[in-house]
Amino acid sequence: MFSKTLHISTSPHIRKGVSTDTIMQNVVWAMMPVLIFAVFSFGINALLVIVTAVVSSVLTEHVLCKWSNKESTISDWSAVITGILLGLTLPPIFPLWMTFLGGVFSVAIGKFVFGGLGYNLFNPALVGRAFLQAAFPVAITTWQSAFLEGRFFSISSSVLAFPFAEPKVDSISGATPLSAFKFDHVMTDSSDLALGLISGSTGETSAVIIILGGIYLIARKMMNWRIPVSILSTVFVLSGILYLIDDTIYPSPLFMLFSGGLMLGAVFMATDMVGSPITPLGVVIYGFFIGLLVVVIRVWGGLPEGVMYAILLGNALTPQIDNFIRPRVYGTKKTKS
Amino acid sequence: MSPELKNIALKDAPSSTDEFIKGLWRENPVFVQVIGMCPVLAVSNSAENALAMGLATAFVLVMSNVLISSLRNFIPKQVRIATYILIIATFVTMVDYAIQAISVDLHKSLGAFISLIVVNCMILSRAEAFASKNTVSKSAIDGLGMGFGFVFALFCLGSVREILGNGSIFGFPIFPESYQEWIIMILPAGGFFTLAFWLLIFNHYKLKKAKS
Repeated sequence: MFSKTLHISTSPHIRKGVSTDTIMQNVVWAMMPVLIFAVFSFGINALLVIVTAVVSSVLTEHVLCKWSNKESTISDWSAVITGILLGLTLPPIFPLWMTFLGGVFSVAIGKFVFGGLGYNLFNPALVGRAFLQAAFPVAITTWQSAFLEGRFFSISSSVLAFPFAEPKVDSISGATPLSAFKFDHVMTDSSDLALGLISGSTGETSAVIIILGGIYLIARKMMNWRIPVSILSTVFVLSGILYLIDDTIYPSPLFMLFSGGLMLGAVFMATDMVGSPITPLGVVIYGFFIGLLVVVIRVWGGLPEGVMYAILLGNALTPQIDNFIRPRVYGTKKTKS
Repeated sequence: MSPELKNIALKDAPSSTDEFIKGLWRENPVFVQVIGMCPVLAVSNSAENALAMGLATAFVLVMSNVLISSLRNFIPKQVRIATYILIIATFVTMVDYAIQAISVDLHKSLGAFISLIVVNCMILSRAEAFASKNTVSKSAIDGLGMGFGFVFALFCLGSVREILGNGSIFGFPIFPESYQEWIIMILPAGGFFTLAFWLLIFNHYKLKKAKS
């Protein structure tokens, strides 16, 4: 018989004490500067939107777990991340009742119906945002200008719209750089874009701060650096080629990189461990596909911004990529998949 | 074996009310059999469209069931599907012209889906599975049950989609002016969500019943 001191087990034998909730907590820490900057530039409206998104996501997760007689999984922090990401992708003066609905939809339809964390096909926050975009196209494209006077004290009446009622926009609304480019052909200065001195969704404005968060996660090896690098370089190269062909019609590559939700999407959403491929080559293909779609939608599509749809389609492609890029098992012949 | 299947397997001579209820509830074509999904998802964007589509389909179903059942001993087995399609198409043409005569607007909003009743798999499946093997009266009752089950299901979808997506029912606004419409509900995606929602409710109810 085996002695009690001798353990027989399969590899891996040396483990690092990193669990799902440690990684999730670190992602939350990495997003903190983005959150703080969002509140700094858009004031109390942005804070309310993000808090509502987080509360509704966590609440939905808890209630659904209780309903299905499971142990509540809110302590793994994934619902918090879904909520924060959803809040960061919404306009700062988005009505709270719609935000709440988006959080419920994200967790219930985006994650829970597939079986919870680890089984979801798509990034839940983006599922929620796609729903809101299709349901309330006007409200989700009404933006607030950044750095308004008194933004820390006055709450927009649009944010406090009565549930199921149409929001009334009172504050000065500003076009995002992408819609300004798409519809009026106005270019925004690249340094403004990088620093985030522009209007847009709560969390997408400052590229520099988002990159800092990404570097933190990469340094802690909690994020696959190939994903943001391949997405961003694809966008840069493709839009660079277009810009060289005709710089009067096509935007400059720097503008493409720093505007809209590309940074936020590439760093925090496309890198979702559940929805992205496993192998390094697969990840690069995934990133290239997303980058290609972003350029195609932005340049030729009807919408000013396409990062959300690009990432969702990338998520949809992930199982196929994993299937085609399956590495050969050592000692066996290559099988046809 | 689920209680439903056992019930079907064991029954010898089901009563006519049983045949009717079967289609309306226990074997509802949309919520239980999940067939004929194309019109269910496509034209259930308002209660009016849904009801008109449902009634048109129900009419074709009853009439074709009756005719196919009465001709069941004359139709050669080899060409039965072609014959069924021909019979169904005859009634669909009648419905098409009738709707055009009643309301051109309705005809426009239903569009190609009226002609597509011909290939609605629910009608063909009732012809093949029921009308070709049962008496005329039974087939008529089966057609009525299934037809009204279809109307009921379409109305469930159409009313939810119209209330949320347009704030009205049968074109009458039921919310105050400030109501914010959920545009997604009248888009195709809303059809899938609403169908999934109703299926969830039905299956939940069925499971609960099976447990008790």
